[in-house]
Amino acid sequence: MTTLQLQNIVKRFKSHTVLDDLSLEVASGETLVLFGPSGAGKSVLLRLVAGVIEPDKGNVLIDGEDMSDVEPEHRGIGMAFQNFALFPHMDAFQNIATPLEASRSSADKIKEGVARVAKLLRIDHVLTHRPKALSNGQKQRTALARALVGSPPLLLLDDPLRNVDAKLRFEMRLELPRLLAAQGATVVYVTQDYKEAMALGDRIAVMAAGRIRQVGTPEEIYDAPAFVEIARLFGDPTINLLDVAPTAAAGGVAVELSGVRIPLPGVPAAEAVGRDCLIGLRPESLAFVAAGTAGAIPVTIEAETPLNEKTVSLVLTTDGREVLVSRPAGTPAPASGPAHIAFDGTNALLFDKETGRRIARMGEDAGERGEAA
Amino acid sequence: METVSPLEKALRALALTLVVVFFMFPIVWIFLMSFQTNETILRIPPTVIFEPTLSNYTALITGKLTTAAGTLDIAFMKNLANSVFLSVTSVALSLVLGVPAAYAFARHKFRGSEDIAFTLLSFRFAPPLLVLLPLTQYFQWMGLANTYIGLIWVYQLICLPLILWIVRGYFEDISADVEYAYRIAGHSWFATFRKIALPLAGPGIAAAGLLAFIFAWNNFIFALVLASADKQPVTVGALAFVTSSGIQYGQIAAAIVLSVTPTLALALYAQRYLVEGLSLGAVKG
Repeated sequence: MTTLQLQNIVKRFKSHTVLDDLSLEVASGETLVLFGPSGAGKSVLLRLVAGVIEPDKGNVLIDGEDMSDVEPEHRGIGMAFQNFALFPHMDAFQNIATPLEASRSSADKIKEGVARVAKLLRIDHVLTHRPKALSNGQKQRTALARALVGSPPLLLLDDPLRNVDAKLRFEMRLELPRLLAAQGATVVYVTQDYKEAMALGDRIAVMAAGRIRQVGTPEEIYDAPAFVEIARLFGDPTINLLDVAPTAAAGGVAVELSGVRIPLPGVPAAEAVGRDCLIGLRPESLAFVAAGTAGAIPVTIEAETPLNEKTVSLVLTTDGREVLVSRPAGTPAPASGPAHIAFDGTNALLFDKETGRRIARMGEDAGERGEAA
Repeated sequence: METVSPLEKALRALALTLVVVFFMFPIVWIFLMSFQTNETILRIPPTVIFEPTLSNYTALITGKLTTAAGTLDIAFMKNLANSVFLSVTSVALSLVLGVPAAYAFARHKFRGSEDIAFTLLSFRFAPPLLVLLPLTQYFQWMGLANTYIGLIWVYQLICLPLILWIVRGYFEDISADVEYAYRIAGHSWFATFRKIALPLAGPGIAAAGLLAFIFAWNNFIFALVLASADKQPVTVGALAFVTSSGIQYGQIAAAIVLSVTPTLALALYAQRYLVEGLSLGAVKG
């Protein structure tokens, strides 16, 4: 069991700062997902942990030990790359065997180890093929097998599902947690796919522009995003963000949408009233209701898209704002024409438009999870 | 595929034929000359119908040149051996020095690395005559004039920049991640260089080695000035055929055929590897 700590890491390439005073801790046996748009510095961070790139400032600690003077081959790491990085002049068996060769295992041990992991990843029938003759899925599994075969205590997976087709990605998303749990390793997993992040992560660290913006469990990130960008990155269809001007109300604030006043209890008036805000409404938190229900907002349904497990409707409020509403497939609702929608004001997210920061409810400590922009 | 009209096809074939004839004619002519005596070569008008003779080759191999003025000793076989020895040793030394250097330049950007690499390349810009005079003086002071070591050293001016720059490009084409993957798997940087970088850049190293060999083989001016008869390669040795009693065209032709053969054979042999190397689609994994 291994812990990983990153302390105040700074990395610059020429004048461009890729990682800006970044700190992060990964607990033993935990799967931490690094999530963020491309260019956020995720891959650079992994390479720093692996030791193939050195930080300009800051320390990488594995099991509490400073890694500054430890070469990559002595860090006890397994890593899978987004572009697979297989050795083109070796067959799949030789590729997978490289970590075992390094530890000077006997030929029998190597054979046994490769066979075990190859069977687990279902590539035992292509072990004699060179990477050129492998499909993308097989390449990806070979790369993963190479990372896993030595049972390294720390696994770094750099977007390993990026270059495989949708079907395989879905399968692997289901399979990987079991595989990783069987390894018992501490895992840092990089991805740009929020579903992958939610499916695989014990915790998710959201990165943007070389900094960690929020660390939390998948539920925390989804239900209480620290910033409006994070709210936008998670969820499909994306969150509805509407301009609102909160006014004071009993026990919190209230917002007005299409002339309907909706209370947001628990939102501190001092932080919200008089400021331009955005209200974030997840499409699935909106529902069609009968006219006359409390808080019902009159809308016109513009279009409807059935997406297998859910149906997404695009509606237009009477003051001309587009809103997406999703509901489980099969739920009856009007397909077009006038309708009413409503949401639960106690769960709605309110963001300060200027800073992008979410305005926390009273009694909730957002400062602990969200880092200052 | 685009469709090609018959006329265009014919014109293309004609153009190709012209080019081939233009480039191949001298070689074919030399080859024919090497089987003729001086008399038939100098006959006017020239003809391709003649009685072939092996006398030119015999003279070269036995080292006895019979001219109108008597028999002359020539060291052609010795020259050929010198050429082989000088070229092979120079290229080998260049590979030993140049390949690791190319790797360093490709993978480690250190202060001034570009400047050093460019300075090495600039050795190829300077005309040899520019450095020849001071070089001769230095070599005489240092006792390197007319030694194999001295020649091999000077040949590094020809081979090293070539190998360094070509091989560096091949190393840069190898994805850094592939090398990182090998190191993270638990191997030292030297093992990574040996087991990953070298095999993957292999075709490039072969190509660079071959080019360097040809350049070294064809060098004339360094060997002419810095070496005396017993150390000279074929390029300089061929001057011996310009004798006081006339120019021995037949022997020159035979000497050229013999001296071209090793490089030609090497090029044909290595061609397979070069093509294989290029079609490997590099190293995208």
